[in-house]
Amino acid sequence: MPEASPATEKRFSLRRSVQKVVDFTEPAIVGLIHLCGWSAIIFVMAIFFFVFKESLPAITGIEEGDAVHAEVVKLDLVEFATSPKWIPESAKRPTFGILALMVGTLSVTVLSMLIAVPLGLGAAVYVSEFSKGKSREILKVLIELLAAIPSVVWGFIGLVILNPMIVEVTGEPVGLNILNAGIVLALMSVPIIVSVSEDALRAVPDSYREAGMALGANRWEMVYKVLFPAAKHGLLAAVLLGIGRGIGETMAVLMCTGHSVNMPTSIFDPVRTLTATIAAELGEAVRGDMHYHTLFLIGVVLFAFAFVINLTADLIVKGIKVQGNE
Amino acid sequence: MSTVAPQYVSTPFTAPEPEFIQDYSIRTNDLNLWYGDFQALMDVSVKIKKGIITGLIGPSGCGKTTLLRCFNRINERYGNVTTTGDIEILDKNIYDSDVSVRQLRRSVGMVFQRPNPLPISIYDNVLFGMGIHDAYKPLSKSERNDVVEEALREVDLWNTVKDRLKSRATTLTLEQQQKLCIARLLPLKPDIILMDEPCSALDAEGIEKVENLIESLRDEYTVVIVTHNMAQARRATDECIFMLLGEIIEHSKTSEMFLNPQHEKTEMYIQGRYG
Repeated sequence: MPEASPATEKRFSLRRSVQKVVDFTEPAIVGLIHLCGWSAIIFVMAIFFFVFKESLPAITGIEEGDAVHAEVVKLDLVEFATSPKWIPESAKRPTFGILALMVGTLSVTVLSMLIAVPLGLGAAVYVSEFSKGKSREILKVLIELLAAIPSVVWGFIGLVILNPMIVEVTGEPVGLNILNAGIVLALMSVPIIVSVSEDALRAVPDSYREAGMALGANRWEMVYKVLFPAAKHGLLAAVLLGIGRGIGETMAVLMCTGHSVNMPTSIFDPVRTLTATIAAELGEAVRGDMHYHTLFLIGVVLFAFAFVINLTADLIVKGIKVQGNE
Repeated sequence: MSTVAPQYVSTPFTAPEPEFIQDYSIRTNDLNLWYGDFQALMDVSVKIKKGIITGLIGPSGCGKTTLLRCFNRINERYGNVTTTGDIEILDKNIYDSDVSVRQLRRSVGMVFQRPNPLPISIYDNVLFGMGIHDAYKPLSKSERNDVVEEALREVDLWNTVKDRLKSRATTLTLEQQQKLCIARLLPLKPDIILMDEPCSALDAEGIEKVENLIESLRDEYTVVIVTHNMAQARRATDECIFMLLGEIIEHSKTSEMFLNPQHEKTEMYIQGRYG
């Protein structure tokens, strides 16, 4: 035999080893670390499995009625996706259309991103390129502190402070609407946009800055001609994470949107979002009936949104690595 | 009377007779520079002649890169830099209040140790400087193409990259990247090109090519080059300035400095016995 197989080699070294304890703790720790790594995947899979399982009866059919007149009821998927009517508790004919809820979620998210992206990118540029020393450190801490404010507190601010302000400025009868929720959500997603895009900007090699500067670029030209192209993947990932935050946010939008099912025609209209609907109704839905299962189906829709956004962000971030290897 | 030596001559190049060159591109007068409390340059007074290649040599930390980075005022970006004294570039003190740093950097280009093309296309890299200096907008598309072609031809890169001008500059080899970094200065028509160890990231073949390129820039541009590599200083420069601990020790023609150094320290350094 030309060389010892790995197994023999291992056994041999084990036999020679004096401290056998060390030999067993090492694999144990390695195993534990593996478990930690896999647990994330296991939890995500478990949650997805649970939500999907609970939503499935809405599609396959539920037996309703008493023992004598049992009938199988199925959710009308076309109505689910296209109807703006969400009347789950109607005694005559419950309607489960989530179009208005999706429009609500999207309109609030889009408005919040219109506010948060310029604000967040601007703050990131300021923190990473313009501020210095102490003020930079203080700013970073404060921005991170912004992320630590519980969402219910944000909702509270929307209700108590923004609401009367919007009423006063716009003359609308009620200030709980897309605008209110959009502003609150924007402030909530700014921290994540700032911290991810600041990381992206700081990862731009200093040599690029010197190159731009040596060619005569001033600081602003440096930012938008050198740093933005160099950090574009990271910045895009930051924006997508902000969007993910916006779509998934529940409590603040529940409190600030007005929570009324409505196809909005302007930003001063109240709406209701997918997340808020689940939060508000799941506790009261009869376990096992159509309403209950449909709420889980909304959860699946949210899952799909989040999955697509995170996947896109991930692929974009991977894009950086691929180019870094070139 | 020697004129410009043919480029195939590999022996140390003899500079054009200094008597005929009254023009100085860069003059410093009692230049002192501090990084915080640390004095990096002490009473530096040099005159760098126009149209030749001047090497700055000396051991690490002697201030040669600092001096180079004074000439386009790029060392000011660190904030804690204090300077006294004058630097005159093309007979204008660059610390005067009416000097625009932007214009200064247009006429004083810089090439860095590590090739640093921007992560945009090769084409856009060449035109980047023009975009900064608003020299870009009045040009038609074909004129822009001409500018790019001319610059890339001048650094002998055109034939290599002409079919992939739109690909990212960071996909080039290091040698090509460094050539591109030189090429992107040329459309701005600089008077002076500063080079901070431009070959130290390259392999032997790349060094030779970039050195040939630097040689070809002589006459048209004043080149100031910092180098750690004694052989390179000897091969590629016309004059050399030897620095030690922030002071100028010796400034003479390269051939003289290497054959007959005036100072003991210079001799020790160029012979490799010090630094």
